[in-house]
Amino acid sequence: MVRFENVGLRYGLGPEVLRDLTFRINPRSFQFLTGPSGAGKTSLLKLLYMSIRPTRGLITLFNYDIASLDSDDLAALRRRIGIVFQDFRLLDHMTTYENVALPFRVMGRDEASYRHEVIELLQWVGLGERMWALPPVLSGGEKQRAAIARAVIARPELLLADEPTGNVDPSLGQRLLRLFVELNKTGTAVVIATHDIALMDQFDARRLVLHEGRLHLYD
Amino acid sequence: MRGASCCTKAACICMIERDMSDHRHSRPSTPHLPRGALLQVESPIVPKDSISGRALVAVVAIMTFLASLTTGAVMLVRATASDWQSDVAREITVQLRTAPGRDAEAEVRRAADLVRAFPGISDVRVYSREESARLLEPWLGRGLVIDELPVPRLIVVKLDPGSGADLAALRKRLADNVRGATLDDHRSWVDRMRAMANSAVIAGILILGLMFAATVLSVTFATRGAMAANRTIVEVLHLIGARDRFIVGQFQRHFLLLGLKGGLIGGGAAILLFLILGSGATLFAGTAWADQFDALFGSFSIGWNGYIAILLQIALIAVIAALTSRRTVFQTLDGF
Repeated sequence: MVRFENVGLRYGLGPEVLRDLTFRINPRSFQFLTGPSGAGKTSLLKLLYMSIRPTRGLITLFNYDIASLDSDDLAALRRRIGIVFQDFRLLDHMTTYENVALPFRVMGRDEASYRHEVIELLQWVGLGERMWALPPVLSGGEKQRAAIARAVIARPELLLADEPTGNVDPSLGQRLLRLFVELNKTGTAVVIATHDIALMDQFDARRLVLHEGRLHLYD
Repeated sequence: MRGASCCTKAACICMIERDMSDHRHSRPSTPHLPRGALLQVESPIVPKDSISGRALVAVVAIMTFLASLTTGAVMLVRATASDWQSDVAREITVQLRTAPGRDAEAEVRRAADLVRAFPGISDVRVYSREESARLLEPWLGRGLVIDELPVPRLIVVKLDPGSGADLAALRKRLADNVRGATLDDHRSWVDRMRAMANSAVIAGILILGLMFAATVLSVTFATRGAMAANRTIVEVLHLIGARDRFIVGQFQRHFLLLGLKGGLIGGGAAILLFLILGSGATLFAGTAWADQFDALFGSFSIGWNGYIAILLQIALIAVIAALTSRRTVFQTLDGF
């Protein structure tokens, strides 16, 4: 599903922040991406969701070499990936319902065709009562769940989550982890970037540990 | 895989619902929605009303107003200068130098008859001695005894517009038949008037060019400013898989409407101002200042051409706002 071969990344003329990354992410797999702050977790996630391009090396996503794809093809690949941003990135002028429905809207689908699905998912994550609220009035946990709902609404084949439990209490963190695990059981490959060791200890999964720009795999 | 996920999602939902249920105080079994909530119109992807959007409308309105005033002023100067020029060119003057021992009145009559008989002449008016004296009043005062001065007698001749009177032949005929008669076709005045009118129009076009450049730059920067506030939207749309043309289309449409709104406010205000000034000149016609105003600016109407030019300006400025947003979105997308 995802293949990195000797991937390196530097910003501008600075030092390499990621060096010689070689690994695979298999379909239906579950992994934690961890490492100390500043180790490059967010940069690696950005490479995974094609927000930035590597300075060197080869990245293939869904068997496509991303260096050879045009913007339309990249957009089509991104639709197969769900992303939970650390800072949520909900659109403040849209209701929770509209934020979660956004992936369907950019696909050009009619509102009536996805309405039931969105409402069902919002209830699933406990936001049934808040679906017409605007993000500025949601609590941190509610925003987190709305962001997760938006990431999974289109049933992505790969889910990338950047510190998805960083803004919630441990109890809700456990429940969100459970949500990711269940999603993984339905066939979605999951990558959770976190430095919350307690969270990782709750679920036995592969760990990708970044340290000083290099990746260490613990299967 | 997608099919599989669809089949197993129901079971998954049940598990997650059980899991999430203790987190929620109560969960309705059916969606709890405000009445008619699902019938509400979806929010636009680019927010309709924002501080940066309102600022852009204000900038576009002010710049369109100023650009429209400049356009109107240039058209007014051009039309007025053209009127002055044609007025002067439609008139010629015959001068008769008087000399002691000559019957000036008889020579004036002969010259007038000769001119009147010439083709292409619509009106001939002989200035009497008193009228000639009145012409000199501003310089020499009242009570002037004109006989003591070598003041030429004047015949003002109106040309038939479009007839193309042969002034060279008329000049020759006058010189041959009336002693001391000369013809002034105001060519030097017309040339000066033409030069002045052309200078005024060129200066106006230069000012209009500068004004328009300032408008384009202001609208461009204001659009970029408004776009910067929407960068998060571009990023989110991009990362959830929106195609570039979808994102660009959303912003282009939004900024075209903002540009049109600002343009219509500014351009509309300018059109209203010209209409008020035009009708004001009509209402006050006959008063001393209105006559002076009329002499300087004619009817003070920019005409249909002027109004069409202002409407085109509004459309052009709206298109500039839309194209700037398009370019900025592409630049933002290139940065990802």
